[in-house]
Amino acid sequence: MNTVTPGQYLAESTSDTARITRSFRAEKFDFWSFFFSGLTGLATLFIIGILAVILGNIILNGWNGISWHFVSTIPKKDFFDPATTGVLPMIVGTAFRVIVMTIFVIPVGVITAIYLTEYASNTSIITRIIRAAVNNLAGVPSIVFGLFGLGFFINFVGKNMDTMLHNSTAVWGQPALLWASLTLAVMTLPVVIVATEESLKAIPPGLREASLALGATKLETILKIVLPQALPGIMTGGILAVSRAAGEVAPILFTGVAYYMASLPSHVTDQFMDLGYHVFVLSTQSPNIDQTRPVLYATVLVLLMLTFALNIVAILIRARVRKKLRAMH
Amino acid sequence: MGIHRGHKARPLEWVAEKFIFLVSLSAIAMVMLIFLFVAREALPVFFGQANTALLQHTIPPDDVDKHTPAELQAYLELTPKQFAQMDKETIKTLMEVKVEAQNEIPENFRNDPDAHINTTEWKYLLHSHQWTGYSKPEHIWQPVGQIKKFNIIPLFVGTLKTTLIGLLFAVPLAVGAAIYVSQLARPRVRETVKPVIEMLSGIPSVVTGVFALIVMASALQKIFGYETRLNAFVAGIALGFAVIPVIFSIAEDALTSVPRAYTQGALALGASRWQTAWQIVLPAALPGVFAATVLGFGRAIGETMIVLMVCSASVMSWSIFDSARSITTTIAAEMAEAVNGGPHYRILFMLGALLFAATFISNMLGDFVIHRFKNKLEGKR
Repeated sequence: MNTVTPGQYLAESTSDTARITRSFRAEKFDFWSFFFSGLTGLATLFIIGILAVILGNIILNGWNGISWHFVSTIPKKDFFDPATTGVLPMIVGTAFRVIVMTIFVIPVGVITAIYLTEYASNTSIITRIIRAAVNNLAGVPSIVFGLFGLGFFINFVGKNMDTMLHNSTAVWGQPALLWASLTLAVMTLPVVIVATEESLKAIPPGLREASLALGATKLETILKIVLPQALPGIMTGGILAVSRAAGEVAPILFTGVAYYMASLPSHVTDQFMDLGYHVFVLSTQSPNIDQTRPVLYATVLVLLMLTFALNIVAILIRARVRKKLRAMH
Repeated sequence: MGIHRGHKARPLEWVAEKFIFLVSLSAIAMVMLIFLFVAREALPVFFGQANTALLQHTIPPDDVDKHTPAELQAYLELTPKQFAQMDKETIKTLMEVKVEAQNEIPENFRNDPDAHINTTEWKYLLHSHQWTGYSKPEHIWQPVGQIKKFNIIPLFVGTLKTTLIGLLFAVPLAVGAAIYVSQLARPRVRETVKPVIEMLSGIPSVVTGVFALIVMASALQKIFGYETRLNAFVAGIALGFAVIPVIFSIAEDALTSVPRAYTQGALALGASRWQTAWQIVLPAALPGVFAATVLGFGRAIGETMIVLMVCSASVMSWSIFDSARSITTTIAAEMAEAVNGGPHYRILFMLGALLFAATFISNMLGDFVIHRFKNKLEGKR
């Protein structure tokens, strides 16, 4: 009995191993692991669900209200009436303020990012302070930017400009498109800086070294080699800044937005109507909520299409930049 | 010809570098300017220079010579520059206007003890006070009417209520999703889910506000069956929507930056994926998750439009199913009607300065924690 034939031995040992493997697997299936993994998965699904419900609700309710007439009409003072209303001045106002903002924020943001990645040493105190300031700027509440715009741009810069130019009536020292745009430029500065920096870091150092080795100066290298390569990232930053600014209402509340204007803004000292603010007005000040609802949803959809389309483009470009960055490391 | 260095060798290069450096300082300049100019408008309140007492001691216009210019200037609430430009007649007229304004105060306020109170003193801003007509001391924010009441405690309570509800809702969801996306999901799922969640941050807050106001408020009322349709609870949940992407992306980043050796070691020792994520990766990334929560708090406390649209009555109540008015909402709703330079205006700016200080601290704390966390993971001190 004690002698085991090789064949028997082999059979027994394999079945043994199989049993061990099986029990190992059985131990590995842990109910609580399964449960909690499922829970985190559900949390993820829930967040995506929120997004889907918000978007679905707005698209379904807003789709019918959008027409060529709606986006190309300047409404009368009573803009709550669905039959005659339109959002042209709001679209123009939002676009105008965002364009003026871009003119200010892109150069400053890009130059700051260039300094941080190309010139500054990472350990110097001034670099650290700049980074801390950028991070802080990103976290300042939007309403505080509004207060800042009122206290600094209008009450300080604008009023002093009026005194210096000897204007008898307030031209600069009052809410205006320029001040709203500048306030937004301050607010979106970190967005541009971070996005540009990310894309500058994604450029292989070899390119810069090659350029320098061939005798180009640092400035030439940055202007002719680095910046063209970083263009997608700079665009991402610009687009993200625009989409963030287009949807913000709080900073422009006291710096330039108007409840109603009969004509389109034509000068930077004009006040303007705005899509986001109009959404706020339609949803809270309407005399007849049920009648206004289609107008409200259509306006929200226009705003969402504007900001969301921009956002998706930015996310796509950013994903490509990040892929490149990962491929490098 | 020796080797030139610095600005002598390449003047253009040198100028460009200095220019770039100067422009890059603008971020610092902006933070400082924001603080300076928001605080500047609020200074009179901090130093107790504003006076809102309804009944004030008046100086008859004929006594103009008995007082020093400094006294008159303070009495007429003028800046030194304005005062210097005025001649004696204008000053006299202004003083007459002042006396007349005092004479026009309705009779029933003359015997009211509240009419002598300067409501912008810190005592009345922070502590409860038994106003005429009330049966017990109360915290009241009521910036309109003859006697303006500026107690900021109801606003603090309102802010705290909505912010805490938002965080209680958002943190578990966002951190759970971050664990799933960074540790448990397959790479392809991760690549699609991450941008989708980040898209949530692209929804403007007025749009979230409209959704909360029209759809969510009714739905939640049906589920929970409370009385007030628009309350702090609805506002808090909607705030949560705005905060989720912030917390998610920072927490996800922190979880991903935990070295792979940790995960692989745990898995090799027979831990399940969940055990690895919960017992190894999450503790290692805890500072990052904490920072995400702090930064989310900063975002929630500063969010304006959602709370403004969903609920805005300023009542002093700790119940989450009552209405609430946050600090941001108060500033946004009342700045338009506040007189430029008046006490109401100053107090709104003071609230803004407090808000700025709160977010400044939470940002600094969050950044500091993340920095230390990353340095520790990279083995730096």
